Amino acid sequence: MYGSLHDAIRDAEARGVSLATAALALEARDQGRPVAEIREALARALAVMRHAVEQGLTGDLRSNSGLVGGDAAKLRTGPAGPLAGTLFRDVLMRALAVQEVNAAMGVIVAAPTAGGAGVLPAVILGIARDKGLGDEVLIDALATAGLIGAVVAQRASLSGAEGGCQAETGAAAGMAAGAATQMLGGTPSMVGHAVALAQQGTLGLVCDPLGGLVELPCVFRNATGAAIALAAVEMAMAGITFAIPADEVIDTMGEIGREMDVRYRETAGGGLAATPTGRKLSRERLVQIRRS
Amino acid sequence: MVSILDIIGPVMVGPSSSHTAGACRLGLIARDLVAGTPESALIELHGSFARTGEGHGTDKAIVGGLFGFRPDDERLRDSLQILEKEGLDWRFEKTTLGDEPEVHPNTVRITVKRQHRHHVMLGASLGAGRIKVSQIDGYPVEVDGSHHTIVMVAEDVKGSIARIAGILSDAGVNIATLRLSRKHRGGDAFMVIEVDEQPGEEVRDALRALPWVRWTHRIDKVGG
Repeated sequence: MYGSLHDAIRDAEARGVSLATAALALEARDQGRPVAEIREALARALAVMRHAVEQGLTGDLRSNSGLVGGDAAKLRTGPAGPLAGTLFRDVLMRALAVQEVNAAMGVIVAAPTAGGAGVLPAVILGIARDKGLGDEVLIDALATAGLIGAVVAQRASLSGAEGGCQAETGAAAGMAAGAATQMLGGTPSMVGHAVALAQQGTLGLVCDPLGGLVELPCVFRNATGAAIALAAVEMAMAGITFAIPADEVIDTMGEIGREMDVRYRETAGGGLAATPTGRKLSRERLVQIRRS
Repeated sequence: MVSILDIIGPVMVGPSSSHTAGACRLGLIARDLVAGTPESALIELHGSFARTGEGHGTDKAIVGGLFGFRPDDERLRDSLQILEKEGLDWRFEKTTLGDEPEVHPNTVRITVKRQHRHHVMLGASLGAGRIKVSQIDGYPVEVDGSHHTIVMVAEDVKGSIARIAGILSDAGVNIATLRLSRKHRGGDAFMVIEVDEQPGEEVRDALRALPWVRWTHRIDKVGG
């Protein structure tokens, strides 16, 4: 896969194709498989994403520890806030739904990781529903999201243990923003700006899960990650450009991750996990898990 | 090489791609080394695996992998109960295997025994479900589970690669990548061969029968 978004965007624009087309062609060559086969695999991932959203919205799910669950349903049926009935609220709801399924050891698509798995389906499925876009557009969106994630994997990291939450929900926000910008007709270079705009907003984000469980704050960080992605899409589609290229923003994320103290990298040694309430809840919940 | 399908995937049981799906794949590889469900296993967790593994289901995932469950198998949720029922001698320990960057924070050492087979592997979960096995039986390897892989230690004799390629080609197995290293001329050569088709037992036996092959293993693809 491309090692930089710069190369991918240059390639796509020179050939007059979308980033999805350019990325799928390269993937087909790398893997020695026809493009159609890769699209089929992405279609299967899409079906799992849809199923996870549905399960999270309708099911009565509780995580092992009982720390999270049932909040997606509150956004669906709870009192109307100022954003009720909007795409924004719909996306937040879907992000919570997928993460609640994940926390309950349900089946999800790690995209790029399980801890950040709510952002991408929430954004692209929410937008597709709102704009009436079909599966082919969604599969292209997944291909472009995959390209963006592959660039992040090569230049920085996709592991909270290595780079903090900026490498998980942050990377997911960049992937979702880029994918959605393409879905809405944005050019490859607009996709690049959307990625940069999303990821600049998540730089430095630590991974501080209570008790090391992918529950709190992870479930909610997927919702806020999706919100950042939507903000980036809105700006990029309006023609706003971000002066630092996406590749350099990604490199910065990698650099910050390498310098990040180990307490903030999925070890539950710092951040929210180490607050008095965080420590108390983790103790109680881990005892409960051992008993379950 | 990172691919789109590595990123948009795997389809997996939650909650963590590194601590659950990656951990399950490492368990699958350890199972492969003894060609079946181990009679005994020592699972030594390092770093983040040791500190947060329990909450992420890392223990359930490694145990599930050792039972042969894949990352999207919902039985992973219940693997510890299955283990209790089977009454196998599998133990967990927390350990420190070294410092970063030499040792990845999500590292596990798994020692497995079954019948006459006894092996030790060191592997790490790199994020997004990707893994790297860095040592088998003390030999440095680099196996990511994205291909069927043959690892081999052989004496540095002329024509060895040609013989190995011949055995694979006769079995209809295509070589995807081949990495060869040796410490010095005439010293042991270390080979990692990634192949497109799953090599059968006959391939392993043919390779083991070569007088200059000291050690070889076939590791099945576990993802990617």
